[in-house]
Amino acid sequence: MTAATPTAAATDPILLRARKIGKVFPGTTALTDVNFDVYRGAVNVLVGENGAGKSTLMKILAGVERPSAGLLELEGAPVSFASVRQAAEHGISIIFQELNLCPNLSIAENLFIGSPISRLSVSVDHATQRRRAQALLDRLGQHIDAGTLVSELRIGQQQIVEIAKALAEEARILIMDEPTSALSGPEVTILFRIIEELKASGVAIIYISHRLEELVRIGDYITVLRDGRIQATAAKADISVPWIIHQMVGPLETALTPAVHHPERVVLQAEKISLAGPQGRRLVDEVSFTLRSGEVVGFYGLLGAGRSELFECLLGVHAEAGGTLTVDGVDVSGMTIAERLRRGVALVPEDRQREGLVQSLSVRANLSLAALWRFAKFFRISNAAERSGVASMIRSLWIKVATPEVEVTALSGGNQQKVVIGKALLTKPKVLLLDEPSRGIDIGAKAEVFRAIRELADGGLAIAFATSDLKEVLALSDRVLVMAEGRIAGAFTRETMTEQGLVAAATPGAAGVRKALQ
Amino acid sequence: MVSQEAGMPARVVRPRMSIPMLLMSMRTFIALIVVLVFFSITTPNFLTPSTLVILAKHVAVNAFMAIGMTFVILTGGIDLSVGSIVGLAGMVAGGLIDYGIPFSHWGFTIYPNVIETIAMTLGAGLVIGAINGVLVTRFNVAPFIATLGTLYIARGAALLVSNGQTFANLVGDPAYDNQGFPFLGAGTILGIPFSIVALIVLTAVAAYVARNTPFGRQVYAVGGNENAARLSGVPVMRIKIAVYVISGVCAALAGLVVSSELVAANPASGESFELNAIAATVLGGTSLMGGRGTIGGTVVGAFVIGVLSDGLVMLGVNAFWQMVIKGSVIITAVVLDQIQQKMQRKMALQAQLA
Repeated sequence: MTAATPTAAATDPILLRARKIGKVFPGTTALTDVNFDVYRGAVNVLVGENGAGKSTLMKILAGVERPSAGLLELEGAPVSFASVRQAAEHGISIIFQELNLCPNLSIAENLFIGSPISRLSVSVDHATQRRRAQALLDRLGQHIDAGTLVSELRIGQQQIVEIAKALAEEARILIMDEPTSALSGPEVTILFRIIEELKASGVAIIYISHRLEELVRIGDYITVLRDGRIQATAAKADISVPWIIHQMVGPLETALTPAVHHPERVVLQAEKISLAGPQGRRLVDEVSFTLRSGEVVGFYGLLGAGRSELFECLLGVHAEAGGTLTVDGVDVSGMTIAERLRRGVALVPEDRQREGLVQSLSVRANLSLAALWRFAKFFRISNAAERSGVASMIRSLWIKVATPEVEVTALSGGNQQKVVIGKALLTKPKVLLLDEPSRGIDIGAKAEVFRAIRELADGGLAIAFATSDLKEVLALSDRVLVMAEGRIAGAFTRETMTEQGLVAAATPGAAGVRKALQ
Repeated sequence: MVSQEAGMPARVVRPRMSIPMLLMSMRTFIALIVVLVFFSITTPNFLTPSTLVILAKHVAVNAFMAIGMTFVILTGGIDLSVGSIVGLAGMVAGGLIDYGIPFSHWGFTIYPNVIETIAMTLGAGLVIGAINGVLVTRFNVAPFIATLGTLYIARGAALLVSNGQTFANLVGDPAYDNQGFPFLGAGTILGIPFSIVALIVLTAVAAYVARNTPFGRQVYAVGGNENAARLSGVPVMRIKIAVYVISGVCAALAGLVVSSELVAANPASGESFELNAIAATVLGGTSLMGGRGTIGGTVVGAFVIGVLSDGLVMLGVNAFWQMVIKGSVIITAVVLDQIQQKMQRKMALQAQLA
């Protein structure tokens, strides 16, 4: 690839401009008035908490989604992409967090899968593909044979194949979504070296990551997104980890700080809960803890730390999970989800759309779904009982809805989330598990959800909530358990919890060090 | 939001029903009225009690299957085996009446009475349905493939029962005390033909189950979002097996009525009936993606198809054209359904932006 011509670079350092981008999904507003500049030959970092809108913005730039408002300018000319392919034709490539390679094909075949090199547009010219693929791999400093099947590569190597694929498409803008999340230390070093080389050849990189030290190390320009809006932009000289945290999280809200509780009764006791993942790696690794009535326990950790999987084990989603679980003195391990719901375990899952709501049903039917046994008389659902249960939940959670008969998708994201919480509460739980309860909802709804959580705990419920949001976990928890790589990597009380302490415990490397020390 | 007066929501989401939307949502019913009016005007003798009774009896057989099919489609599945179950059910009933259960080794034969015959026939439908359900859940076979397989198996079994022959003259024999089978097809209750009474009862029961029981609610939930249903404690596997069982039993009922009307059981009967049942269900507004639809809609859909086929026959329309027209109606129904859903989504987004 040739370096950008000096004249072009001199005239405009900004290759791509996004102006006043807005994106609305049914039930949520993901982006509002977002301006984002992509500089040539630089690493443009995009940072924000889960649900801040990073992925949506990336998908718009890469042609996966179309914006509801605003426009894109590439080298000063307005562009719009109807598909990933069109974006690729303009030189924009994206590498998703989940790699999109065909494991059954060779590296060379994967690199040219979008536009195979062919003889007379009929048969694929394997030899030329192979030669070019090898050249790309060499350029990236990889000594892998281009004929190797992708399934035989380590995850880090697969990532590099993805980068090579983007280069094969002559990408000028390369979007990387959490590229280091699955990489080992040496692989990260290689990736960073490749990024430096790409920069030198004029490629603009858009880089998303949760690992703040990384961002400071390789970022040239940093943009912080918060709740779908641009919170701050800065050049490398002006940034530091504390600055990023401050911009992401904002000032801590003292209003949410709970009163110190003295919880009494142990309601839930988990012992050595374990869950094996696909590659034999343990997603949840012998996790033991207790929950007492009236306390709110935060489970903090990075993406993939095993929090969601732990909660799923507690609800009984994975029949093969190991360990024992006692709720109010009753051993519930081995019970089905329905039986555990009746014993008082309820879960508000992380992904509201995929696991929380039945989109085709009304607000009423969604709210009562997990508690139908409470409303059933003989063979039928008692209308009166269901209606009054649903109405009381709508009132106590302040769900904004004209009538419970409207389809649940007509509600805003925050209200949809309250419906999912209400559904769990209608089962009259003793333990409420909330997985990322504030994901993708606006700030006002967040405050209401948090207030509800606090009130429920004050009413005697034991609450565990998982989050990767520092502010949330500090503001809301009586205790914090930090998870990393499927294990509990740290336990903090209100007196001992600090931002630095939590982040340090959650970083996988640190957990490894601690494990080694023990 | 914090300051709320007497529990009244500060900002409400009120679904506005525009006139085009209202018409769209009632389209199956409107279609039924349109075809009824059309044939009343164009076809002499169409609007007479005797014609309408024959029409309703035709519709009933289809509607039995379509009602069972609706439960299956509500969970996001499909049941292609119902037509074959109609054929097999007829052969089971016919064989039991004409030949009983032979214990040839010991040299005697048991002739079940009509009630027992009916129960055993419905049991055969139940077994096929259960096989479908187990294949779909425990063995994770795609519903289309699982029921395509049982479509062939049930049809083959029906042909094997008599080696392809028809069981004729299913009137029973006073000596064996197994008379009365023709009642299902020709008998009346309070002057109303049995199959029409059965249709009314089955529609009422099915609609009640779908709307008012935990089972019905869970069927909708499984079809709407299986993951969310599972996490809400819905026994997804059991629900899925149950809907295929219901569909199998409904199809066996259709088979009983068909063979009783003819007083004969033909192993080829019911061929391609599954397509009519699916068409009625889809016409009635049930989404093939699952989670949306009503029993009432399905029965109206079955009537639209029934009125259309009988009316076109009476009008003397070429049989080949009848097929073209039926196909066009089905496609139009699904296209309208897509348009309606698009309109709804658009309205929801607009409401949000406002």
